[in-house]
Amino acid sequence: MATDCRQLRGSVAIVGVAESDELGRLPHKSSLQLHMEATHNALADAGLKKGDIDAVFTSGRNMANDVPEYLGIRPRFVGGTQVGGCSFILHVEHAMAAINAGLCEVALITHGESGYSRIAMPAPRWGDDSTNNQFELPYGISGPAAGYGFLATRHMHEYGTTSGQLAEVAVATRKWAALNPKAFLRDPISIDDVLGSRLIAWPFHLLDCCLVTDAGGAAIVTSAERARDLPKPPVYVLGTGECVTHQMVSQMPSFTRWDAATVSGERAFRMAAVRHADIDVAQFYDAFTVVPILALEALGFCKPGEGGPFVAGQRTAPGGGFPMNTNGGGLSYTHTGMYGIFTIIEAVRQLRGECGPRQVADAKLAICHGTGGTWSAAATMIVSTER
Amino acid sequence: MANPYTGPVPKPTPETRPFWEAAKRHVLLIQRCGDCGTHYFYPRPLCPHCLSRNVSWVEASGRGRLHTFVINHRPPRNFPIQGPVIIGLVALAEGPRLMTNIVGVEPDPAKLCCDMPVEVVFEDITDEISLPKFKPAPSTPT
Repeated sequence: MATDCRQLRGSVAIVGVAESDELGRLPHKSSLQLHMEATHNALADAGLKKGDIDAVFTSGRNMANDVPEYLGIRPRFVGGTQVGGCSFILHVEHAMAAINAGLCEVALITHGESGYSRIAMPAPRWGDDSTNNQFELPYGISGPAAGYGFLATRHMHEYGTTSGQLAEVAVATRKWAALNPKAFLRDPISIDDVLGSRLIAWPFHLLDCCLVTDAGGAAIVTSAERARDLPKPPVYVLGTGECVTHQMVSQMPSFTRWDAATVSGERAFRMAAVRHADIDVAQFYDAFTVVPILALEALGFCKPGEGGPFVAGQRTAPGGGFPMNTNGGGLSYTHTGMYGIFTIIEAVRQLRGECGPRQVADAKLAICHGTGGTWSAAATMIVSTER
Repeated sequence: MANPYTGPVPKPTPETRPFWEAAKRHVLLIQRCGDCGTHYFYPRPLCPHCLSRNVSWVEASGRGRLHTFVINHRPPRNFPIQGPVIIGLVALAEGPRLMTNIVGVEPDPAKLCCDMPVEVVFEDITDEISLPKFKPAPSTPT
């Protein structure tokens, strides 16, 4: 039994990843259909059959019941942790724990969301007597843009971070999207385009905000031993971490730091025993342009307040020194509502060398990091084809 | 009321009812832990700092500073203001932060600044519910 989390390093591997057959605007498909397609495709990628799956991890109200029923799977381990878009990165950690405990061997992590078309989606969440409806919604919060913006405003006030620095992220991410045929938006944009796009919730312009699409994604995790017998190179999980600090953004502990990400990143790096400088490619959930900037600070890639200068000069773009969101991210590739699974899919593909024109040369070590809710949760994962 | 309020209307729960009953009288209540001394918001019957249940209601000064804000250009459908609305997080003088609207100032980032002093005003949205909102206040040493 592992009594030190570092003993989990490399104990499991991601052996299959896939999206749904299509991504984008799909009024002809339900959210569960998108789960099904992604699962079907991930199993094919892994060289496994439905009967091999003995654990199911998914997120969304009732989904931990709905998905096994729809797919006809009877998992003996179920994970329904729902802390927002990064939930699927947490699921990898939870699957690793369960596999190491001997409770299951082959875990399916699946996501499907009709985020744009809203086909077979759960009803809105907040009742009249919820804390949200008492203490936040009466003030005109509509969707996540307003909530995410609070940290951007205070970060600008404290550190001098600029709208232009935020826009650098959108421009660089679009350059990656241009190299990904599956990306929803692929035409180049400039910093002026971002700053000239209409205001959604100041300080965010339209092009600071992620897409709203329909898509599914899935990943299959199994023990390192089982992974060795499968057709594709295993992508070993070297380190993971997670944290939750709040549900309502008004309860966030700090508006200049992302405390949850600091906690999740610290464990992931300690478990993985790798250095920041060794990371070849990063997949950082970009719900809004400010989010990866705060991830860079919280995870220790730069000091607090230096995230804006870090991304300046197109450093995260193709050919830049810090390849980030190489699929085109939530800003330009796809964003259903819960993007975390897509960070996993892209990291695995980069490490396998499957990314064609957007391939980062000799990528050996990748990091995934996500946000959930409104900066509420954070999850980090470090993966490699080498143990 | 002549024009029924169309925005979200809070429905109190047992632990929040004293807050809303006070708000109706235009009094801003927060809670204070009798053991560790922490003031906190939103209302709940235990201290989120030390988990003590020895907590009590206290009237807040109603003064604070605008910790951070956004200007939402797309408020929800049916929200009473269908233009840009300032959503602020105010740090009360006693410590806790709460979400609110900043009123009495144009929704223009040039007219707003983090840490600007603000004070509470109440808006009666229904016969039962009044919302605490905040307006710019003269700068005074706190």
